[in-house]
Amino acid sequence: MAARLLWASRVASHLRISVAQRGFASVVLKDLKYADSHEWVKIDGNKATFGITDHAQDHLGDVVYVELPDLGRSVSQGESFGAVESVKATSDINSPVSGKVVEVNEVLTESPGLVNTSPYEEGWIIKVELSDAGEVEKLMDSDKYSKFCEEEDAKH
Amino acid sequence: MRGGSLWQLGQSITRRLAQSDKKPLSPRRHFASGADLKKTALYDFHVAHGGKMVPFAGWSMPIQYKDSIIDSTVNCRVNGSLFDVAHMCGLSLKGKDCVPFLETLVVADVAGLAPGTGSLTVFTNEKGGAIDDSVITKVTDEHIYLVVNAGCRDKDLAHIEEHMKAFKSKGGDVSWHIHDERSLLALQGPLAAPVLQHLTKEDLSKLYFGQFQILDINGSTCFLTRTGYTGEDGFEISVPSEHAVDLAKAILEKSEGKVRLTGLGARDSLRLEAGLCLYGNDMEQHITPVEAGLTWAIGKRRRAEGGFLGADVILKQLQDGPTIRRVGFFSSGPPARSHSEVHDENGNKIGEITSGGFSPNLKKNIAMGYVKSGQHKNGTKVKILVRGKPYEGNITKMPFVATKYYKPT
Repeated sequence: MAARLLWASRVASHLRISVAQRGFASVVLKDLKYADSHEWVKIDGNKATFGITDHAQDHLGDVVYVELPDLGRSVSQGESFGAVESVKATSDINSPVSGKVVEVNEVLTESPGLVNTSPYEEGWIIKVELSDAGEVEKLMDSDKYSKFCEEEDAKH
Repeated sequence: MRGGSLWQLGQSITRRLAQSDKKPLSPRRHFASGADLKKTALYDFHVAHGGKMVPFAGWSMPIQYKDSIIDSTVNCRVNGSLFDVAHMCGLSLKGKDCVPFLETLVVADVAGLAPGTGSLTVFTNEKGGAIDDSVITKVTDEHIYLVVNAGCRDKDLAHIEEHMKAFKSKGGDVSWHIHDERSLLALQGPLAAPVLQHLTKEDLSKLYFGQFQILDINGSTCFLTRTGYTGEDGFEISVPSEHAVDLAKAILEKSEGKVRLTGLGARDSLRLEAGLCLYGNDMEQHITPVEAGLTWAIGKRRRAEGGFLGADVILKQLQDGPTIRRVGFFSSGPPARSHSEVHDENGNKIGEITSGGFSPNLKKNIAMGYVKSGQHKNGTKVKILVRGKPYEGNITKMPFVATKYYKPT
């Protein structure tokens, strides 16, 4: 746990954002946006980077394979564009926003485990050129996402 | 991430592991609420050690602990693992005729087993298909000890009971005792024997793979079998349930932390690496032991005489060869999973995957499944469809990781 907090603070200072800590388990970064299917988005002008959240990788377990989309392919908000495989199961990754894929994290082909060890940094999955900046409004901020995760976990 | 509910993801994981529990008539067993699930004697012990508990075959079992499934799987082969398998069902058959009785239900040459020796066997149905696989041990000519899968407990016990009634009505002397007063633990890996030796006066170096002994371990009378489900040297220990926690603690302490509590997630990875069938995935009601590559388990005398359910079908397959065979696969891309189609290089369907995943010890994808006889040779290039896309693969022999059973030199 201590190692995680250290990592989170390092990430936070590197990204120059503040960290919202939850009482337990996962890290939720303040300046990112979140989808209810557990993807995070970082907006930079008309470009967006996404990946899966710390909460997601924690529940998934060891990631052994990441299915990446082709460059140039279009993605739509809420629709699947790839998959993340853990030792025991496969999960679709849904696009939190619509756009065109301009970069994929090829490093994940050799080191899928980065999704676990660094979900917000080295474990980023794709970058897209936004087609509709307004869609970002539909996403959750860090507080709402933290609450969403707590409620989801509490149900079970 | 699909579905939005990560708890559902955890459930889908257990759904894959719980394939053997396919009983629509008892919905209570499927994803029952916490209140309905049975707990083993080690439940609190698991939780205290960080166990992530999930429903499995009607029980609340640890799928993993604080270490990842990958680390846990590797640790078993480097050091050792302690598994709680108390959800499985142990029973004893007793009486003058317990051996001929059991022979009507399984393919093993039970009469030919030396006392204190056991083997993997298959309970068959009238069509020669597998009702369950089981490790049976002939303790003496009048006592057989056997362990069956948790997910098949009700089915197996009903089957045995029905046949026992018929057998007894014809004057046969057999009775049973189901060992619900005992808990089964599995200790596997290179440290299993040295660690266990600290806890018993009996010389374990004389107990070889497949052998059984009733002895004192850590102060209680245990049934000990040198067997397991990982391919490693190790033991299955049936201990009186009131001593199960103490025994688990003692084992972990004697290993100085090198032997770790290990969950069902790693257990599945280990047995897959060892090329062992998981009933419900790689073996089912419609699959015969011959098709499953378990012809070695059909006793020589049994192949000549039959006398077990479905013998006519099985004997014919032994003569003509089966039409499908279980084989191993390596593949590129995402891990092949149960129900993935297997195609030949020209795109014709030749089979199906029944179990697959990423091998933590080999660091590559492994899988097992069935292909048409004739297409089953090692080295055969195949294409495996995962989520609609074909990926290169080839058929390979099993086990994927060499076994280390303790056998006399």
